[in-house]
Amino acid sequence: MITPLALREKAETQAARLPALLARAEQLAGAVLLGEHGRRRAGMGDDFWQYRPAQIGDSRRLIDHRRSAMGDVQFVREREWQIAQSVMLWVDQGAAMRFASTNDLPTKAERARVLGLATAILLIRGGERVGLTGTRLPPRRGNAQVLRLAEMFTEDAEHDYEPPEHRAMIPHARAVFISDFMGNIDDVKTALTKAADRGVRGVLLHVLDPAEEAFPFRGRTIFESVGGTLEHETLKASELKDRYLERLAERKAELQHLCSVAGWQYGLHHTDHTAQSGLLWLWRALDGGRART
Amino acid sequence: MMVFGPIGFAAPWLLVALIALPILWLILRAIPPAPIRQRFPGVALLLGLQDDESVSDRTPWWLLLIRMLAVAAMIIGLAGPVLNPEDDGTAGDGPLLVAIDGSWAGAARWPRLVEALDAELRRAGANGRQVALLDLADPEQPVFRAANALSATLPGLAPSPWQPADAADIVAVLPEGSFETVWFSDALDYPARTDLLSALQARGPVRVVQSATAITALTPATYADGLVEVTAVRADDGPERTVSILAQGRDPAGNATILARANAVFDTGATTATASLSLPAELRARVTRFEIANARSAGAVTLVDDSLRRREIALIAGREGREGLELLSPLHYLERALAPNADLLRGALTDVLPANPDVIVLADVATLSDGETEAILDWVDQGGLLLRFAGPRVAASDISRSEQDPLMPVRLRAGGRSVGGAMSWGSPKTLAPFRENSPFFGLSVPEDVAITAQVMAQPDPTLAESVIAELSDGTPLVTRKREGQGQIVLFHVTANAEWSSLPLSGLFVEMLERLAVSATTSSPEAGDLEGTIWTPEVVMDGFGALRDAGAMPGVPGPALVSDPTGPNLLPGVYVSGDRALARNVLTTDATLQTATWPADVPVSGLTAAPERPLGGMLLAAAIGLLLLDVLASLALSGRLTGRVRATAAALIGAAMLVGFTAPGAQAQNEPADEVAAAAEVVLAHVVTGNREVDEVAQAGLRGLSDTLFFRTSVEPATPFAVDLETDELAFFPILYWPITPDQPRPSQEAYVKLNDYLRSGGLILFDTRDGDVAGFGASTPNGRKLQDLAAPLDIPALEPVPRDHVLTRTFYLLQDFPGRHQNGEVWVEAAPPGAEQVEGMPFRNLNDGVTPVVIGGNDWASAWAVTSSGQAMLPVGRGFGGERQRELAYRFGVNLVMHVLTGNYKSDQVHVPALLDRLGQ
Repeated sequence: MITPLALREKAETQAARLPALLARAEQLAGAVLLGEHGRRRAGMGDDFWQYRPAQIGDSRRLIDHRRSAMGDVQFVREREWQIAQSVMLWVDQGAAMRFASTNDLPTKAERARVLGLATAILLIRGGERVGLTGTRLPPRRGNAQVLRLAEMFTEDAEHDYEPPEHRAMIPHARAVFISDFMGNIDDVKTALTKAADRGVRGVLLHVLDPAEEAFPFRGRTIFESVGGTLEHETLKASELKDRYLERLAERKAELQHLCSVAGWQYGLHHTDHTAQSGLLWLWRALDGGRART
Repeated sequence: MMVFGPIGFAAPWLLVALIALPILWLILRAIPPAPIRQRFPGVALLLGLQDDESVSDRTPWWLLLIRMLAVAAMIIGLAGPVLNPEDDGTAGDGPLLVAIDGSWAGAARWPRLVEALDAELRRAGANGRQVALLDLADPEQPVFRAANALSATLPGLAPSPWQPADAADIVAVLPEGSFETVWFSDALDYPARTDLLSALQARGPVRVVQSATAITALTPATYADGLVEVTAVRADDGPERTVSILAQGRDPAGNATILARANAVFDTGATTATASLSLPAELRARVTRFEIANARSAGAVTLVDDSLRRREIALIAGREGREGLELLSPLHYLERALAPNADLLRGALTDVLPANPDVIVLADVATLSDGETEAILDWVDQGGLLLRFAGPRVAASDISRSEQDPLMPVRLRAGGRSVGGAMSWGSPKTLAPFRENSPFFGLSVPEDVAITAQVMAQPDPTLAESVIAELSDGTPLVTRKREGQGQIVLFHVTANAEWSSLPLSGLFVEMLERLAVSATTSSPEAGDLEGTIWTPEVVMDGFGALRDAGAMPGVPGPALVSDPTGPNLLPGVYVSGDRALARNVLTTDATLQTATWPADVPVSGLTAAPERPLGGMLLAAAIGLLLLDVLASLALSGRLTGRVRATAAALIGAAMLVGFTAPGAQAQNEPADEVAAAAEVVLAHVVTGNREVDEVAQAGLRGLSDTLFFRTSVEPATPFAVDLETDELAFFPILYWPITPDQPRPSQEAYVKLNDYLRSGGLILFDTRDGDVAGFGASTPNGRKLQDLAAPLDIPALEPVPRDHVLTRTFYLLQDFPGRHQNGEVWVEAAPPGAEQVEGMPFRNLNDGVTPVVIGGNDWASAWAVTSSGQAMLPVGRGFGGERQRELAYRFGVNLVMHVLTGNYKSDQVHVPALLDRLGQ
């Protein structure tokens, strides 16, 4: 049983982290102009679409009397069809993401969370429903969802490399996967295959630290993963550089291939670039939040 | 100690450890560098990658080499290596006599000589030898005693301004028994040297320490054909060399200064070099000595006496207008006698008097107007010599007949007398020998001088005192009367051959010389000075420094010229009556000879390469190498990245800078700074060499500058630290000079600069910083130092700041001037003696200018000092009272700077009403 004191302390710790993430995400999202969300056709919605002559079958309650009073024909006021899209996020919380090569750079996890949350904020402002893949936080709308997402994003996972969560994906929804994809590529393959099976399309954002691209190591070195589970010793790190870069390129190519097969979009983001650029790319990739039907 | 070539080792067995180096090499070589643990998410991609076989896991050879060198340097350094170890094996153990020439020739190298002596004594002390010291120039009975007891007396040694004189005197004081002798020679030969050497060799082995430095000296200056010639001589005929000769003297304000300089060039192989100076008469008369620049020895100084002075003599005759009768002219013989070495003035009396001649000759001038009489009396009072000759007119006139004329030494009887003529009885009179109290005493009287006519002095009780020469029958021939600082001399005969043959004789010229009417340009012969006694006025020590002779006994004239200098005849300026004669170390034709020694006497240089321990350097090198190893290891293991690299580079750079610039690093104000200083008002302080004091002074002036900036229209720039030796002072209105007991004394040139600065309106604020606890007595070190530093400065009479001094009201109305200390008295230039308070005025009309110095001990800079952020640097007093005191200190500073910049503006009576109003009176 958790004592109220311990609970409060924990909550305070969580809350202390939350606003920072939220504020940064809000700030980031504020920089992106919301695009058009309407579906360009009559349907359920709030905004006016057009007046059309009443037809047989129209309920009398639908007749717009202000417009009809101007003439003899009775008009029905149609509204634009507005439908909410479900977008499911997966942001890698693995230990490998908590890495930054220098003190000046944010960790990959931090960047991934900010980008994920900012995307969520934008989508929610656009009236979409946003949630996490898996069963913990199904897509919902409203600002409260942002808070919930932020809370979810503050939980660190223990394992070095977390496999993408692919359970409980809503068919024909959209998905955003943000990770460094350093773990087993098979998990990604499984997730994308499953998504493709369900008609889920989405975006895969590959977040890398500049050090991971440059491999600036020399001399006798023991490399260990952030979680400490993996270790690799070399006597001359500079010798490894070429082969490492080769493998990294392979990994990228493979991810790109998977994406193109599954109908996803692949994006690469480095933590030494601005978060803004990553967000813009994500926003465009999601087509301004417009669902493509 | 083990010695290999020039290097010896204190602990040679430690070198055995060098054998371990190869083993260390093998061990170090086998161990690869320690790995770095590097967190890296991409490790998943690295799994399974193998290292190439060829990758080296061994330490690279150059890194090993660095480490080996470091270890080797450490081992060798600990073994105590010494460069040029002092050889102590050959020394004997009997008593040792250390003989030094101790003459002026060694003065230039005196500190090195004392060092070498000290080293010799230490060595002897280490061997437990008894040592005695014998100064050959000033021999005293040497006593053998412990070497360290003798070391204590070394600082008291000083060179004598003469050469060792008599071998017999020295041999007489040599101790009994046999002993070894070390002879520190000054490298200059003197007659007694060979005798001395054989006497010493008879007692035991002799070795000689002699340096090869060239000795240069000056012979007395001569004056010929309008040029002053100064000849430098040197002992060795070496290569071409130029020496700079300075003419030292006093400027019109009476301060020592360099009046002229000239270069004398020794040609290759020549031992003499002559510099000619063309000096105007006024300047020439001011020269007191010539010296070779940067040669600190009595031989390099030659004092100047009257011989360079040309006197101005006004000749006035009463009977002009008889053209064509040159030989009858009353002035003809005088002109002939005086023209070679005096400047003659001709003209009316009223015209020549303003030229202030040294001597006025009135030849047969009887009557003078009252105005002329008065003017001449004034002039005589000021030190002029009025020389009168009798003649027919004087004899015929009533001058000084019934009562003594003020311009006559005696009363005269009417008519005079004529002896030995065709119409008179008796034969022409000759001169009696001069009496002892006469200035002419010692001159021989030629037989053929005959007096045929003269004016007669009225007998009178005081007549005998006035007579300085008389005839064989006792009638006065020359009479004299002192008047103020000058004198009136009357020759009772004519200045031409009309009445006597005196003007035709050599005696006449000599008499004129004795009266200081003329001075010969050649140095006098011994015979000329027969019977005179010369008392020394200033004398020279071995370093060529002058000091007051005090009550030293006089020297007979012939001895002064012909005797060699010695303890009884110091070089210096000697005076007799009105004449001054300089005795220099070298006489006119002196030559210098380098001392040469027989082949059996070992001669070594004064400066053997000094012993130098190398251990410290080697250990420092070892540490440096280890640091290099740290960097190299870091670089090799990939840890030397980015910021670490930058830091390391900065560290190495800083270390090198410190290593290379630490000695001799000094703040030097660049010309650009001086331009800045000239462009704005800049306060400055004198660099004392004590870092703490300098920092406080700088901070203090910064605080004062800020205060001035905020409160007044004076907007000073950043204060300057002034090095008196190198920096120009003219730009600074005020110099703050904190006194520390250990600051170096400025050089002669710096004092010249400081005096210029003071005279051209600068102000120096001396601060002894001791709260004036001693009242500027000598009982604090700072007070003593201040007295020492300020002695050569041109400082007027001082007094404590009077209550109505302009300093009390230039900006703020102040009555005391606290700094960090309170109550200390502050001294400024004294008010002129005539300053009196006018009725109804609050203050006197005081100094018409800026006081050149302000002296106090209140430690003002500490009260003014602010840090770079504007906070007060040091506490003053306690609580609010302390802050009040600091405020008053600032006000004093503001007043002082205002005083410097505005002078006595606030003394101007225009401001009196406003000031009265504010003073509430």
